Amino acid sequence: MFRFILSKLSLLVPTFFGVSLVAFTFIRLLPGDPVELLAGERGMSAERHAALMQQYGFDLPIWQQYLQFMGKVLQGDLGTSIVTKQPVLDEFLTLFPATVELSLVAILLATLIGLPAGVIAAVRRGSVFDHSIMGVSLTGYSMPIFWWGLLLIIFFSGILGWTPVSGRLSLMYFFEPVTGFMIIDAILSGEDGALASALHHLILPAFVLGTIPLAVIARQTRSAMLEVLQEDYVRTARAKGLPTWRVVGLHALRNALITVVTVIGLQVGVLLAGAILTETIFAWPGVGKWIVDSISRRDYSSVQGGLLLIALVVMVVNLVVDLLYGLVNPRIRHQS
Amino acid sequence: MTHDSTPHPFREFWHYFRENRGAVAGLFFIIFLVLVAVLADVIAPHAPDIQDRSSFLQPPVWQEGGTWTYPLGTDAVGRDMLSRIIHGTRYSLLIGAVVVPVALTLGVVLGVLAGYFRGWVDVAISRAMDVILAFPSLLLALTLVALLGPGLMNAMLAIALVLLPHFVRLTRASVMSEASRDYVTASRVAGANQSRLMFVTILPNCLAPLIVQATLSFSNAILDAAALGFLGLGAQPPTPEWGTLLAEAREFILSAWWVVTFPGLAILLTVLAINLFGDGLRDALDPKLKRS
Repeated sequence: MFRFILSKLSLLVPTFFGVSLVAFTFIRLLPGDPVELLAGERGMSAERHAALMQQYGFDLPIWQQYLQFMGKVLQGDLGTSIVTKQPVLDEFLTLFPATVELSLVAILLATLIGLPAGVIAAVRRGSVFDHSIMGVSLTGYSMPIFWWGLLLIIFFSGILGWTPVSGRLSLMYFFEPVTGFMIIDAILSGEDGALASALHHLILPAFVLGTIPLAVIARQTRSAMLEVLQEDYVRTARAKGLPTWRVVGLHALRNALITVVTVIGLQVGVLLAGAILTETIFAWPGVGKWIVDSISRRDYSSVQGGLLLIALVVMVVNLVVDLLYGLVNPRIRHQS
Repeated sequence: MTHDSTPHPFREFWHYFRENRGAVAGLFFIIFLVLVAVLADVIAPHAPDIQDRSSFLQPPVWQEGGTWTYPLGTDAVGRDMLSRIIHGTRYSLLIGAVVVPVALTLGVVLGVLAGYFRGWVDVAISRAMDVILAFPSLLLALTLVALLGPGLMNAMLAIALVLLPHFVRLTRASVMSEASRDYVTASRVAGANQSRLMFVTILPNCLAPLIVQATLSFSNAILDAAALGFLGLGAQPPTPEWGTLLAEAREFILSAWWVVTFPGLAILLTVLAINLFGDGLRDALDPKLKRS
C-alpha cells in the first residue's frame, strides 16, 4: 500500500510543476505590460515603472522569475488582486466554502437519486422504467446546464414563486460567517428561519449543478450492477434462496459500489466546471463566479491564482479517489 | 483481402447499428440539422439580423399577441427567433466540424508517438496531458480565450486543446496493446519503416474507439462553445450562435420565456441526437462490448 501511495504521489509532482508553469506563463503571454496587468497602474512615470518592474522581478531572466514565483507559491503567496487589493489566497479561501457547499449538496442529490435509479434500472433491465431512466439520464447528460438553470428559474422562481433567484441567504438575516458553510452558519446563528432561507437558496443551484453527475451516476450504477448481477456469487446467493432485496442490496450493490464511488469521485472536475456556470446564473458567491468576474474585470493575478488553486483541488481530490479505490480494490493496488 | 463469406464491414456495422432505435433517430436528426444548416438561407423566413422595430419581444404564434410572421416570436430588438436559431445551426455544426478534426489529428499523432516510442517521449506527452486534465475543461477554455481574446475562432482553438488529452490517452492505450501483436512484428520483419508501422500498420486497428470518442467530443465541443458564448467569451453578438443568443436573452428570463427557451432547446436536442448516435456507434463498432 505504501508503494502504491508513493507511486501515485510521484505522478502528482510533475503535474503540479506543469500546472504552475501554465499559471506562470499565463500572465506573461497576455498582451500588454506585465506591470500594468499585475499592479493595475496606468500612465505612470518611467521611474515608477522601472521600480515596479524591479519590485515584481520582471527585470530578472525568465527562469529566475519562475523560481521566484514558485518560491512565493510554496509559501502561500499568490499575489494580490488588482481590483480589491486583497491577497488572492484570502479571496479564494473566503469564497471556496460556498463552492464546496454547493458542490457537496449537488453530489449528494445526484447520488441519492442516481444510485437507486441505476440499481432499479439494472434489476428491471429492459422494462419501461429502465428505458425511461436511461432516456432521462442521457437527456441530463446532454443538458446545457446554463440553460437548464435559466429554465428552472423561470419555472420555480418566476411562475411558482417558490425559490429565490439568486444569492445564498435572504437579506433579512445577517450573521458573521463562522465556517463559511451557510447551512451550518445558519444553524449556529440560532436565528429563526435562517436555515430555511439558506436551504431555499441552495436547492435550485445544487440541483442544476448535480444534473450531469446525476445522469452519469445513474448510467454507471446501472452498468456496474448489470455486470455484478451476472457474477457467480450473485447466482449462488439467489440459489441459496435469499430474498431479492438481500441479493441486490447486499451481494451485488456492495461490489458495484466500488466502481460507482470512483465515478462519483471523478465528478469533481465536472462539478467545478459546472460551478463556473451555475454560480454565474444564480449569483452564487463562490470561486466559479469569482473566476468569471476576474476575467471580465481583467484581474489577472486573481485568474492566475485561481487557476493554480482550482487545479490543485482537482489533483488532490483525484489522488484521494485513486487511493480510496486502491484501498477497497487490492487488484488495482498490485497492478503497478 | 475480404473473403466472400464475411460481410462488408459497413454492412456488418449497419446490421448492429440499426437495432438501436435511439441511435437511428439520432442519425436522422443529425442529417436534418445538416440540411437546415446548408439550406439556412432558403428556409429561414427572415434574415437573422433584420430588426423589426414594430415588434420587440413578440411572443410565439400560439400565445396571445403572436403572429405567423414570427412563429417563435422575436427578441428584444425585433429579430425573428426562428431565423436566428436556424442560422445558429451553422455555427454549432461548424464548431464541431472544426474542433473535432483538429483535436483528433493532433491527439492521434501525439498518442501514436507516445504509445509507439514509450520512454521519455511517452513521459513528456502523458505528463503534458495530465496537466491539461488537472484543470476543469471549461476553466481552461475560459482562461485561454481570455488570453487569446473573445471570439468564435479562439473559442474553437481553446476547446480543441481541452479535448486533446482524451484522444491522446485513447490512442496511446490502443497503440500500446496493438504494438506487441504478431502482425506488427511481421510487418517490421518485412522491413516496414517506423512511420509506416505507426500510421499504416497499427493505427487502422485502433480506429473504432477513436470514432466513438470523436462523436462524443463533437457534442462536448458544441456544449462548451455554447457555454463560452453564454459567458460572453465565445461568438460575439450579433452572431446568432445558440450560446450567444442565450447570453443576450438572460435579462428577459422572467418577462419573455421564448427568447430563453428555444435556443437552449436547440442545443439540447442537437447534443442529445449526437450522443444517441455516439452510443449506437459504440455498440455497433464494438459488438464484443456488453450491450447495456
